[in-house]
Amino acid sequence: MALPQYLQLQIVSADRSLVNERVDEVEIPGADGYFGVLPGHTPLLAVLGVGDLWYRQGQDTHHLAIAFGFAEVQPDGVTILAQVAETAEEIDVARAEGAKKRAEERMVTPAADMDFERARVALMKALIRLQVAARARIRS
Amino acid sequence: MPSLIDLRRRIRSVKNTQQITKAMKMVSAAKLRRAQERIVNARPYAVQMQRVLASVASRVDPSIHPLLAVREPRPESKTLVVIVTGDKGLCGSFNTNVIKAAGGFIGSSHDTCVLGLVGRKGRDYFGRRGFEVLFDTIGLFQKLRYQDAQAIAQTAMEAFIGGKVDRVVLIYNEFKSVMTQRVVVEQLLPIRRGDVDDSSLAGAPPNQTDYLYEPSAQEIFNQLLPRYIEVQVYRALLESNAAFFAAQMTAMDTATKNSADMIADLTLYMNKVRQAAITREIIEVVSGAQAL
Repeated sequence: MALPQYLQLQIVSADRSLVNERVDEVEIPGADGYFGVLPGHTPLLAVLGVGDLWYRQGQDTHHLAIAFGFAEVQPDGVTILAQVAETAEEIDVARAEGAKKRAEERMVTPAADMDFERARVALMKALIRLQVAARARIRS
Repeated sequence: MPSLIDLRRRIRSVKNTQQITKAMKMVSAAKLRRAQERIVNARPYAVQMQRVLASVASRVDPSIHPLLAVREPRPESKTLVVIVTGDKGLCGSFNTNVIKAAGGFIGSSHDTCVLGLVGRKGRDYFGRRGFEVLFDTIGLFQKLRYQDAQAIAQTAMEAFIGGKVDRVVLIYNEFKSVMTQRVVVEQLLPIRRGDVDDSSLAGAPPNQTDYLYEPSAQEIFNQLLPRYIEVQVYRALLESNAAFFAAQMTAMDTATKNSADMIADLTLYMNKVRQAAITREIIEVVSGAQAL
């Protein structure tokens, strides 16, 4: 059986659809680490973590910040069901900086009733957003 | 025959009503636009989720997760019926349709029905009729958030897993277009396994029949299935919300048109009365002059 030449990438978050395009390669932040997908990948169902998702179309790469959700991989397509997803261009850097600072403060001076896990997730989300936004700025 | 002044008063009052219905139509049109945008944006996620789940669920053993388990009908088995109505009236047959459909479902069901009521109208109707009510929420639609859907889904799943109910059904108005809403009765739990996929699977090459799971199938199902239920509830709420404003807009549009008709009729009648009065006065004057 001939391998498919491209992947149909679909990224949807709970309130909108972000990407629906033909791509050559995708790297996905799984819960247990990043993994790359090329056309012809074996069917896979994965839980997503917090991270930087990128996909390549020819020479162009695009970055997105992703937090939680699921990925379904088929030989000729990838479907991402993300809880939170933002493209690099639309990330609000100032807000992410603020969130990072707040999360850091909370972790440094823990209150009695603090949810450490929540603070950690918030910090991770903020860091990923900043990282993705920085990548987009380098390119442009 | 009513006097001229009475008629004028009547026309003015109808005009006032017309202004109110016109304003309400405008308001619901604006709200509808926002609600419609939300449901249109939320649909791709729900649809993709359903597709993924259908293809996955048809390949695994139902015993892998309690939410997939289909239970044998027993004499004492119960069904949780979640009924989504609006919080307000003035929306044509929107609430009546859901309530009627729900009543029909409960009447024809073999199981005892336990109710979950979303929206004030449903709560008012069913709350008074002596049904067992598991939960009710009102004022949800003023600011519809994902967390609200999450809470409802959570309650339903707990009741299902805890064995309090054997089936969960969702009844709501689906937003088809601005002019039409359709009442939908949907089984939420146990999750229906993709019966369509089963047939298409038979001809599929063997290397596509199973997935790799990361981290593990169990882990993924633990996360995916509750999420799926939440998304379905969320979508139902958004659908109902958009349908409500569409129904309200249509109802208010009809009301505005009706009052315009009424004003036209009343004005015609008033003019006839006026003319009759003038004619009578002239006759009185003329006959008075002849008598001299």
